[in-house]
Amino acid sequence: MSPAQFAAFSDNAVMFASVVYVLAFLAHLAEWVFVRTLPLPAQATVASPALVGAGGGTRAGAVDPASPVDAGDTGDPGEGDRLEARELRVERFGRIGLSLTILGCLLHALGLVTRGLGSDPARVPWGNMYEFTLAGTFGVSLMYLVLLKRYQLRWMGVLVTGFLVVVLMVDQLLLYQDAGPLVPALHSYWLAIHVLAAVIASGAFAVGALTLVLFLVKNRAEQRGTLRPRGYLARLPEAVALERVAYRLHAFGFPIWTFAALVAGPIWAEYAWGSYWNWDPKEVWAFITWVIYAAYLHARATAGWRGKAASVIALVGFATLLFNFVGINYFFGAGSMHSYAH
Amino acid sequence: MSDVGTPPRVETEAGGASSQPPAPPPAPSALSPVELGRWAWRQLTSMRTALVLLFLLALAAVPGSVIPQRNIDAAKVIDWQQAHPALTPVYDKLGLFDVYGSVWFAAVYILLMVSLVGCVVPRLRLYWRALRSRPPRVPRHLGRLPQSRRFELDEDPEAVLARATAVLRRRRYRVSRPPEDGPAVSAEKGYLREAGNLLFHTSVLVVLVGFAAGQLFGYKGGVITIVGQGFSNSLSQYDDFDPGTLFNPDDLSPVSFTVDRFHVTFLTSGPEMGQPESFDADITYRPNPGAPPHRHDLRVNHPLQVNGTSVFLIGHGYAPVVTVRDGHGRVAYRGPAVFLPQDSSFKSFGVIKAPDASPQQLGFEGLFLPTYGFTMARGPFSQFPDELDPVLSLVPYHGNLGLDDGRPQSVYSLDKAHLRTYKSSDPAELGPVKRIKLSVGQTVRLPQGDGSIRFDGVKRWVKIQVSHSPGKDIALGGVLAGILGLMLSLFVRPRRAWVRVTREDGSGRTLVELAGLDRSSGGDLAGEVDELERLVRGGSGQAGRQQTSEAPKEST
Ligand code: HEM
Repeated sequence: MSPAQFAAFSDNAVMFASVVYVLAFLAHLAEWVFVRTLPLPAQATVASPALVGAGGGTRAGAVDPASPVDAGDTGDPGEGDRLEARELRVERFGRIGLSLTILGCLLHALGLVTRGLGSDPARVPWGNMYEFTLAGTFGVSLMYLVLLKRYQLRWMGVLVTGFLVVVLMVDQLLLYQDAGPLVPALHSYWLAIHVLAAVIASGAFAVGALTLVLFLVKNRAEQRGTLRPRGYLARLPEAVALERVAYRLHAFGFPIWTFAALVAGPIWAEYAWGSYWNWDPKEVWAFITWVIYAAYLHARATAGWRGKAASVIALVGFATLLFNFVGINYFFGAGSMHSYAH
Repeated sequence: MSDVGTPPRVETEAGGASSQPPAPPPAPSALSPVELGRWAWRQLTSMRTALVLLFLLALAAVPGSVIPQRNIDAAKVIDWQQAHPALTPVYDKLGLFDVYGSVWFAAVYILLMVSLVGCVVPRLRLYWRALRSRPPRVPRHLGRLPQSRRFELDEDPEAVLARATAVLRRRRYRVSRPPEDGPAVSAEKGYLREAGNLLFHTSVLVVLVGFAAGQLFGYKGGVITIVGQGFSNSLSQYDDFDPGTLFNPDDLSPVSFTVDRFHVTFLTSGPEMGQPESFDADITYRPNPGAPPHRHDLRVNHPLQVNGTSVFLIGHGYAPVVTVRDGHGRVAYRGPAVFLPQDSSFKSFGVIKAPDASPQQLGFEGLFLPTYGFTMARGPFSQFPDELDPVLSLVPYHGNLGLDDGRPQSVYSLDKAHLRTYKSSDPAELGPVKRIKLSVGQTVRLPQGDGSIRFDGVKRWVKIQVSHSPGKDIALGGVLAGILGLMLSLFVRPRRAWVRVTREDGSGRTLVELAGLDRSSGGDLAGEVDELERLVRGGSGQAGRQQTSEAPKEST
């Protein structure tokens, strides 16, 4: 294929990936809606480990085996079967959502690779805002899928796919640029390293931030006692466990971010601009993000800050990350040496 | 690591609380100066203060990204100040045009550094003591620890204890048998976490030192050099120069170079048409005046490094070569004049001054257009950045250039106080807009017999940046060590484990008590204790797993 064909292929792949993510989102939404229609089991307790396990990835075997029996106890012999059928339906939609997310992620990868081949000469597919966003969302998608099994993250499906759909939509509608070669300042393998590290760290921070949002919501519901026993929130892992998954994601992302922002970036700047630290707005905000995440790690180790306060700090960190990703280019445009990233 | 699925353990976990420094005690009621000092010091070095200072640092960094900064783009600062005359004095007083050199910014990071030192030094001492001391004594009630197991074995207590010791050693615990604790062993591992944490915090200090060295003793200078001309490293040669606070001009390295050739290619098709594809300059340099010459291909991302000084190619542009003759027909000016690019099409602006012209001095101001285009709506513009149809579009002035009153004047602007344009109607060459349009090789005579200007050709110039940042290797080494420390600090799990054996009087069997403590925030302690139990029981392979009281878990 010629570069132009690759570029066209890439656009199609990204479009299909978005469509598939939309479908995945709808499936997870259906899963969530059907969870809400399940009746309350007679003695379901919110903190029941089995129930929490049911929120995890492999739900088929983990569906609380007691619940159909409980329902049966209420008198109607057919009730148990019906409930089981509903449970299965929830499970089915969850699996459909996950499969579609995997498919979307594959298409997304394909779109990214062909985008790189779509310019002449071929290059890494992260040379402008459209491509950064494409790569960044891919980082989120991949991070979620890779960690899904280990941390049992399927309960995040609706949130992650929703996030991907919105950001990819913005990317294609507002940020789109035709494929083309890089400006000379970007001719460096440090581009590959620096941006790759930034994208991986951002992916971890994004998934971590989504987890923290869920943590805050669930934590509040737990403290107010407004947790619906069969609702979406109840199916999530316990608030404390959510918080810990988020911590691990951040702990994973932080050293990588440190490398991206404070090693790879300055080395590249040294080569390209002749000075490793220029107080350029993009650098300043990468540094601010770094400091805030360091504050988060501290807060989490400080008595009285752990939990809610620390989580809010991490979310502020994520806000600065997003601002740096998008905002800087719009607000400071030509004032930033990074403005070729438009 | 999959403790997500088994949340009930979470509440019992001893978490990070044990790894914090003790909270500062409240201020004593009657304070002597010494006590007050001590109290203040404890406050400053507390975790909470560190947290607040980190926030302040983040906040303090914000204005510098919003307000133009003098050491980044001085011209922009001036534009901004002209647009905001009311705010300017206030901002100036607050140091907002030089945030990263301001007193308050320095205050935040110096406080943070002091806090850091105050935090690291005592911890280093503690760590040193912990390294040399034996693992802690065996708690009396092992059952009260976050994770504990009790089981019976048929073997002799000493045999069990010996096996437990071997098992713990194999799992890289440091094991001791405190004699005063009876038939029991105490073990600890994960010392590297604290070491990593200390390494990280120390590295932050190292990075700051390296960075400060660069800011204080380094310099950065820019110079525009016309291709074919040379540069030697001395202050007078620079167009702009940004020295560190403690920079000494004697530190300038005696490098010199000549720009032999410059080559640029632009994209000639596609959506990014006109974008530069590559540019590079061949230079010949001498590390010092006596040294033999070397060649270097200077490109973006490919600087020249010579005795600690770096030379970078950061920009390029056009220098039209003109010959100006005065009213007596004598050459008043001949040579290239640097024009500065205004946009990505390299429409460039510049001036030409001929102070030696008589009877009147002559000046020209206008545009150089590498590929000429013209529409009534836009006026003259450049269609393409490469030199395909180069045209000079100049407005001629006559009168006094104002160069004699001793005030320094920019080479990129005319002081028009005593200069006049020609009347548009005078000669046929000057159109209604009083402009001269010149292609290469053309000559235009000025009205009133004031002389002529000829466009001889086009040269290019390159913008070169010379910089020296001492301490950058220190800073880089510091960050890399910091990342290593960070990873140890975040991923190593410090743990303690204890095993006690008791001979049961009745049955003659041996009761084994096993307990563990995770001193980090969040690890799979239960999985570790399960594994220890399996091994202490003498189990091997996976077969022993179902004997454990807890569900099997994924390994970390
Ligand atoms: C530039 C300033 C600082 C930065 C960037 C920074 C960053 C960090 C980071 C990333 C961690 C890792 C957290 C973890 O292990 O979970 C940490 C831990 C820690 N920091 Fe700092 N820190 C700074 C200053 C300080 C200061 C001034 C103190 C002393 C008051 C301090 C005390 C600690 C302690 C005690 C820990 C261990 C927490 C734990 O065991 O989890 N730090 N710091």
